[in-house]
Amino acid sequence: MKSAAISASDVARIATLAKIPVTTAEEKKLAIGFNATLSVVDKLFSIDTSTVAGTHQVTGLVNVFREDEVDVVHMLSQEEALANASRYYNGFFVVDQIIEQG
Amino acid sequence: MKLNTLTLRQAIKKLRQKEISHAELYQDVHEAIAEKNEALNIYLALDPEAVKKAEAKPDAALAGAPIAVKDNFLTRELITTASAKLLEGFRPPYESTVTTKLQRAGGVIVGKTNMDAWAHGSSTETSDFGPTKNPRNPAHLPGGSSGGSAAAIAADMCVAALGSETAGSIRQPASWCGVVGVKPTYGRVSRYGVVAMGSSLDSPGPMGKTVSDCALLLNSIAGYDSQDATTSDRSVPDFTRGLDRGVKNMKIGLCYVDHPKLAGTPASDAVIQAGKLFEMAGARYIARANLRFLLAKSHYGR
Repeated sequence: MKSAAISASDVARIATLAKIPVTTAEEKKLAIGFNATLSVVDKLFSIDTSTVAGTHQVTGLVNVFREDEVDVVHMLSQEEALANASRYYNGFFVVDQIIEQG
Repeated sequence: MKLNTLTLRQAIKKLRQKEISHAELYQDVHEAIAEKNEALNIYLALDPEAVKKAEAKPDAALAGAPIAVKDNFLTRELITTASAKLLEGFRPPYESTVTTKLQRAGGVIVGKTNMDAWAHGSSTETSDFGPTKNPRNPAHLPGGSSGGSAAAIAADMCVAALGSETAGSIRQPASWCGVVGVKPTYGRVSRYGVVAMGSSLDSPGPMGKTVSDCALLLNSIAGYDSQDATTSDRSVPDFTRGLDRGVKNMKIGLCYVDHPKLAGTPASDAVIQAGKLFEMAGARYIARANLRFLLAKSHYGR
């Protein structure tokens, strides 16, 4: 199995989605970087894991639940939650609109 | 003797036996900070009340010892930025479990240490508040992302420190600064109130001048936390037990790059010397050149 290569236009698309301005020269450079990372993933495929059981995490924990109760001790008041906000209105955070209406 | 050069254990012992006072210890720590912090850029925030807090807990396990804390642990009383401009001036509305436990065990936070911004880096160069320099040689880097904590120990600006690791961020700066760092198993130490890097991997851990200090510090921060559902509920062993057993018959491996540029450098000589010390102490020491680092465990693990 081999991972798909990332092209400069793939980088441009990711940059647009992430709202990060990237120059054409940077697109090419980042594509090289992405592909170098993917080549490491390809090397991982070279290991025979057919006899190894899957390990998703190391704690051995399964289905961690707690009582469905309000945890008052760890609850922040609206004032505390907004204390560091650069903009707020009527007790809510104010953020830029990121999804177009229509 | 400058008291800031003491190890955590030495400081605790001398404080307990009233051989030294908290005021004397903190004065030497703050002298080192005043002398070197501007040039080395290690602390981003300092607690002026640290000595008062220390004097209030002489009987606790850590006896009021001065501890440096990486700036990604939320601390109510000290600005927390994770070295990111975006969080400049951020006053956390709650405290991380690890710093709560540290303080309950009698540790006192001297200040918050510089790191790679958001812990995304391995050199402390990417901090939005400027890079940290390596106290052993300021022309070199301290490593990262817990570079400030490692440097604080190397510069004797604390007696021990807290760092966090996702993939090398405790062990690598500890190594670059010539101190000790332990990356605990994931789930052993709570991530609650630690600015996340990789939530399924992040492991807060102790850093210090000796292995024994790290074990002692780990004792005070490890354990189940109801606020972090991925912490293990297995009981916490005493990590200081067995430290006096030595390394006899232990198999110590070193895989190194055999390159003319590295031969004869002080760092290379120090590693070779460390290997000799292990052998003298009875360990089986095996050095191998130019092993494949990637997938080393799969290739050589058995």
